[in-house]
Amino acid sequence: MHLAYFTERPYRYAPQDRVIEKGFFGTPNSFFDPAKGHELYHEYLDEKILCEELGFDGVALNEHHDTPFTMGSVMDVEASILARITKKVKIILIGNPLPLGNPLRLAEELAMIDVISGGRLVAGWVRGAGSEQFAHNANPAYNREYFNEAHDFIVRAWTEPGPWRYEGRHFHYRFVDPWPVPMQKPHPPMWIPGLLSPETALWCAEKRYPYIALATFLEPTVELWNFYRDRAAELGYQVGSENFGYMQKVYVAETEEKAREIAKFDMFGGAGSGYSLFAQPAYNFPPGYNSKLATRRIATQFSDPNKKRSSSPFQASQSSSARADVSSSQVDHRSRIWQEAKVDVETTRKAIFDQVPEVLNTFGIICGTPKTVIPKLRVVLETLRPGIFILWQNDGPITRKDRENNLKLLASEVMPAVREMGKELDLKSPYEVKPGSRPLAHAGKPESVGSLEPWKAWIQAHPY
Amino acid sequence: MADKGQPWHQETITVDGTELAVIKGGSGRPLLVLHEEMGHPGWLRWHSEMARDHSLIIPLHPGFGITPRADWIWNVRDLAGFYARLVREQKLHPVDVIGFSLGGWIAAEMAANNQDQFRKMVLVGAAGVRPSQGEILDIFQLMAPAQLAASVLDPENTPEFEQLYGGIGPAAFELWEDARAETARLAWSPYMHNPSLPRLLGVIDQLPTLLIWGREDRVVPLSAGEAYKKAIAGSKLVVLDKCGHRPEIEQNAAFVREVKSFLS
Repeated sequence: MHLAYFTERPYRYAPQDRVIEKGFFGTPNSFFDPAKGHELYHEYLDEKILCEELGFDGVALNEHHDTPFTMGSVMDVEASILARITKKVKIILIGNPLPLGNPLRLAEELAMIDVISGGRLVAGWVRGAGSEQFAHNANPAYNREYFNEAHDFIVRAWTEPGPWRYEGRHFHYRFVDPWPVPMQKPHPPMWIPGLLSPETALWCAEKRYPYIALATFLEPTVELWNFYRDRAAELGYQVGSENFGYMQKVYVAETEEKAREIAKFDMFGGAGSGYSLFAQPAYNFPPGYNSKLATRRIATQFSDPNKKRSSSPFQASQSSSARADVSSSQVDHRSRIWQEAKVDVETTRKAIFDQVPEVLNTFGIICGTPKTVIPKLRVVLETLRPGIFILWQNDGPITRKDRENNLKLLASEVMPAVREMGKELDLKSPYEVKPGSRPLAHAGKPESVGSLEPWKAWIQAHPY
Repeated sequence: MADKGQPWHQETITVDGTELAVIKGGSGRPLLVLHEEMGHPGWLRWHSEMARDHSLIIPLHPGFGITPRADWIWNVRDLAGFYARLVREQKLHPVDVIGFSLGGWIAAEMAANNQDQFRKMVLVGAAGVRPSQGEILDIFQLMAPAQLAASVLDPENTPEFEQLYGGIGPAAFELWEDARAETARLAWSPYMHNPSLPRLLGVIDQLPTLLIWGREDRVVPLSAGEAYKKAIAGSKLVVLDKCGHRPEIEQNAAFVREVKSFLS
């Protein structure tokens, strides 16, 4: 199992009332204090060195734009620095938003990072959140076309000796001959993060890329694994843990109470309803960016006067198909706060924090002492059987001291147990088994990776 | 909603290999109606009034949810070229044309390319040129129902507002998202205008053109209408008071009177 660390690297001093009222995206940059920014960038880079010392296999970065939610607006800048200041850890980018920019430039940047780091880059790709399309003026209606074409172009730029000319649908280059090319051959691995868009999972199955679910609810995640499994079987291979990754939010402290106090801040960094603070619906769901199924759900959310609002975002919806359910749960989750015309700051703040027990019960966040956290992590590992397990921490306004304490405890008291479980459960990483290399059993019927049984058993034993 | 007194129907015609859905109704001299960026809003009172002495031809733009998308159409100039094929293949030229908002922009591009395909042209709150004062509303930063509400000055007191698109609901919303997505493909950047269009319109020297604007248009500000007037020789700008982006329902009587008198 590949064990990595991830944090959003928030701008800790985000104006909370304004964020609650209008969302993280588009917070005026007059709120950004470069002196504080300087400290935070250094803190977050130092934290990655600490992760390496503490024994993580990888450190993961992401990017978002025009928002205090994440300070990595150009993650390749951070990755370049990490390539130089770390020695062993994989530098996992999850991921570069392909539709936003110039794919040739991206091929060059990433090849440089791979070469400087001595071949430690994991290139990952995303479509970018809806809001990113506004921040970089990327036409949302061509998002998936840009994504596919840019991906194919970059792989070619990395592998096919230049110079050559490229005339595509959206991109055109008269001279392709990037120096350098990546150190890893034929090219760096690519892991694809996602929030359960079935289209992306199917694309990953076709490319044989690991799919990493970003702290998504367990039920739809298992569903998604099965979409991937079935597509893989059509293509003639058996999925294994190496095809899947999962990011789990986890907080540990010396006492349950302290862990819970810290974890609460995460409600403001993306857990539970806090997630819908990421951006207002018009920015989350730009036209042409969403699948038909998601659009159908959005249509009901925002224009059906008779709609029945689910009492909890954690309730499974009752749609006609698993795919519709998966799409719906994401739309519901992302739009929860914004269904009323006006957001009342105090009521919303209370509603967000009132959700803590529900978030903890559904493992949206796992928090506690090492002793109480480990059995829960086991349930997640048994349920999803991921070959890549990324521990996600330290979002929201958590202090530097608490961040470090949290990380150190996690490394010393939790990680050894997680590694043992990985061995015991035979969770192979993409570095141990090449994704897509397992033959399909001759009956042709694929086996599932993961099952809801361990999770159901846990719920039964711990009703809430 | 259909006006029962005035029959209209939807049919499919083939233009350049695309199966184009078209709403038709009325009798008399053909009037090509180019709809706006949210789609065809349904058969309204002004349609019925014009249909008394005109054959209305309302193509449903490719990619707006009914007519399939034509992926060679990258921008409004391409769409204008597609509709030039419609005019020629249906033997409509020279045809009267009326275009609303995005549809007005399409008509203007067609005229700039070949004014002879039209007899007379009416542009209503047309996008396509950059206003000198204010900006064209960024519809993509709004959810569709908010976009709709911004299109009239006073939704509550606008007759027929509730009837637009058959009323706000999931079915209308899904079609709006198709329409808005295709509008993004056509006009995401530069947003809702062609910087060259005012110069291109300079070629027009014999196309009678009527420009109709609501004084308080919050989608395409009035100064865009003034820019059109400057760009199209001999054009006439009619500005309606107490009116937003939909003069045809907000100031229905004045609108119909102006259009009828211009086209007669």
